[in-house]
Amino acid sequence: MKQVLEGSMAISDGVRMAEPLVISAYPITPQTHIVEHLSQMVADGDLKAEFIMVESEHSAASVVLGASACGVRTYTATASQGLLYMEEVVYNIAGMRLPVVMTVANRAVSAPINIWNDMQDAMAVRDTGAIMLVAENNQEAYDMHIQAFKIAENQDVMLPVIVNVDGFVLTHTFEVVETIDSIEKVREYLPPLNMEYKLDVENPYSFGTLGEPSVYMEARYNLYNAMNFSRNVIIDAAKEFKDMFGRFYGGLTDSYKMDDAQTVIVAMGSVLGTIKDAVDELREAGKKIGVLKIRSFRPFPEEEIVAALKNVKNVIVIEKAICPGKGGILSVEIRDSLLKHKINSVSVNGYTLGLGGRDITPKNIHDLVARAEKEENVDGEFVGLSQQYL
Amino acid sequence: MLTKEETHNELFTMGHTGCSGCAQSMSVKMIMEILGKNTIATNATGCLEVFSTRWPESSWKIPWIHSLFENSAAVASGVEAALKAMGKKDGITVLAQGGDGGTADIGLQSLSGMFERNHDVLYVCYDNGAYMNTGYQRSGLTPFDAYTTTSPSGKESFGNQRPKKYMPEIAMAHRIPYTAVASAGYPMDLQKKVKKAKSITGAKYLQVDVPCVPGWKYEPKYSVKLAQLAVQTGLYPLFEAEYDKIISVKKISKKVPVEEYLKLQGRFKHLFKDDAGRAEIEKIQKIADENIERFGLI
Amino acid sequence: MDFKVGIIAMPGAALSNKTGSFANETPVFKHKTCTGCNLCIYFCPEGVVYGDKKTKIYDYDSDYCKGCGICAEECPVDDIEMVLVEK
Ligand SMILES: Cc1ncc(C[n+]2csc(CCOP(=O)(O)OP(=O)(O)O)c2C)c(N)n1
Ligand code: SF4
Ligand code: SF4
Ligand code: SF4
Ligand SMILES: [Mg+2]
Repeated sequence: MKQVLEGSMAISDGVRMAEPLVISAYPITPQTHIVEHLSQMVADGDLKAEFIMVESEHSAASVVLGASACGVRTYTATASQGLLYMEEVVYNIAGMRLPVVMTVANRAVSAPINIWNDMQDAMAVRDTGAIMLVAENNQEAYDMHIQAFKIAENQDVMLPVIVNVDGFVLTHTFEVVETIDSIEKVREYLPPLNMEYKLDVENPYSFGTLGEPSVYMEARYNLYNAMNFSRNVIIDAAKEFKDMFGRFYGGLTDSYKMDDAQTVIVAMGSVLGTIKDAVDELREAGKKIGVLKIRSFRPFPEEEIVAALKNVKNVIVIEKAICPGKGGILSVEIRDSLLKHKINSVSVNGYTLGLGGRDITPKNIHDLVARAEKEENVDGEFVGLSQQYL
Repeated sequence: MLTKEETHNELFTMGHTGCSGCAQSMSVKMIMEILGKNTIATNATGCLEVFSTRWPESSWKIPWIHSLFENSAAVASGVEAALKAMGKKDGITVLAQGGDGGTADIGLQSLSGMFERNHDVLYVCYDNGAYMNTGYQRSGLTPFDAYTTTSPSGKESFGNQRPKKYMPEIAMAHRIPYTAVASAGYPMDLQKKVKKAKSITGAKYLQVDVPCVPGWKYEPKYSVKLAQLAVQTGLYPLFEAEYDKIISVKKISKKVPVEEYLKLQGRFKHLFKDDAGRAEIEKIQKIADENIERFGLI
Repeated sequence: MDFKVGIIAMPGAALSNKTGSFANETPVFKHKTCTGCNLCIYFCPEGVVYGDKKTKIYDYDSDYCKGCGICAEECPVDDIEMVLVEK
């Protein structure tokens, strides 16, 4: 059914279709609407779940950890400070190989305190062992949440999945979303969670044991491998979704007007909309330009990136988070992927913009395209700073 | 009749690496005997977690999970919620465990949340009066004047400067259905309280005094004796409360001066050096006397 | 490699760890004055004491006893004695 839905409503509805049994969360802008909608669904009996409204994000993540260890499907959502506060638990959930799904309504990190969108919060948890997907629009956010449970619960993956959605830009914006009418079809796509090891009085295992030096590395290696393996699972989940529901946004990456492109803009999330519009204009003006969308930031789509970029001249990477003391984050990983494959003919330029909710305009994109032709391997330079405050 | 073979089937088995004479492991054993096999336990980081689950070993024969230091109560909330959601809560006890640090300091917030939401969880705090797992640093439950590695005694100090936090009363302030304080030195009393807690639906708090050999610095054989002396001096009042009302106290059978308790422990050794130390012992006696008065222990 | 490595342990697997090697002393149950009060069972931190109220015959599992001496200290009728382990 086609509906005009706020991003948060689309996300909660996607979550509802996945039928989690335990949800726990703590409010933080811009995640609040998601948990409000879910609470209402539970209150109205539209979602049969235990909704545990906790006293902090640390506990929200801990509640879903405990519930997930019992073998039930679980969900939480947060943003920014809340994500940083729960980071310790996110590491723990991944380390214990629990298939929790969570939404991060991406928001800047304090100080200064700022409730608007960028991706600094997500970057703070990039090494936790959680799979990190990024949605471009409300429709993809809806679909991606259903896929996320399937990926997390794959027996060879068993890792948490974070679905990143841009705060406000998606969470508080209304778009047309086609929702799935048949819960049976979703159940067919996403069969019930079946965990071999769980907290169960009939089979009383001990979870979260002390891993001494003799075994710690092997435990981490297993997690590392599972993350690598999840690449196939993410792609399969997207393809199977397409077969059943007809929508597809790429596997780990997606490309837009990439045939014969000499310049490519790489980005994640909602900014891709603006970029694609700008690229349409540039194409009309005869520029050989395309877009590479990163759908999965962890696992990092190295092979796809190399295949897509190895023959282009100029790459422009939109950095919506910074690494003080180094530079860009996404651009560094892209440059490294290419160099690893002995490709050094591509100039990878990372530009930092859009921090703390500052608009990324079509003009910004046009300017960057012009700039990148004259520059080489820019490492996360800030774009569009207001001189009066410097 | 208990045979050698049967001891191997206890729900908390031997083979753990706790110190010789550890009263924490003693208490866990007593508690598990009452709770039985239909129990799911969570555990905060701390001595118990480390000495009972050194992979691939585990002393637990019930489903058990350790996550982090400060979230035992929240993880237990999640376990309880999952059981409810699956319709499997009936007949299963959810036990959350933590040391005094994991309970009264870093874990206080998540514990308060669990109490507030009144989850059907029994929270047990094994109170050995310091962060033992990390090498005897002070906690909010370290007693007045005790030496710990971060509240050392010295020329300018008699050790821990602040009195022990009254954690059970913080629990009672949440108006949970049952709060109790017990001691490893009184097994029948402890087990009676566990039995009662097991029979009550809702959040329960049980704090158990568990002497610690290297932390308190005494000969291992005195673990029980010290636990009993803590009660008989009035320093560790044992009681039960329903909601905000105390419903029973364990009377002191023969009042013992605090000195008898203090002198057996290296952590109070510095109080026995000179007159200034004597004056400190008087202050500790005052704490005991106030407890006796306030809880009606005699 | 197995997914459980380092994070999930089997119930009671600690039994493979024979902690008896920690002990410098071990108890001797004398079977003379025992009243069958069971305190030695309650107080043993390892859970290695076993016995029977009726026959008043108690003993301990030397594979796991750490020799703390609590059983001997707490026996109300001094029917347990600690002796040095010959090593
Ligand atoms: C967030 C965090 N901070 C600090 C630690 C280090 N730490 C582990 S256990 C512990 C002390 C445990 O003390 P307590 O809770 O009293 O239990 P005990 O070991 O005394 O039984 C500390 C400080 C940790 N694991 N996690
Ligand atoms: S340090 Fe104390 S609490 Fe920890 S195992 Fe040893 S005796 Fe028990
Ligand atoms: S010496 Fe200690 S460990 Fe050994 S049987 Fe006696 S109480 Fe148990
Ligand atoms: S403590 Fe002594 S009297 Fe009591 S059962 Fe044991 S051996 Fe017998
Ligand atoms: Mg402690």
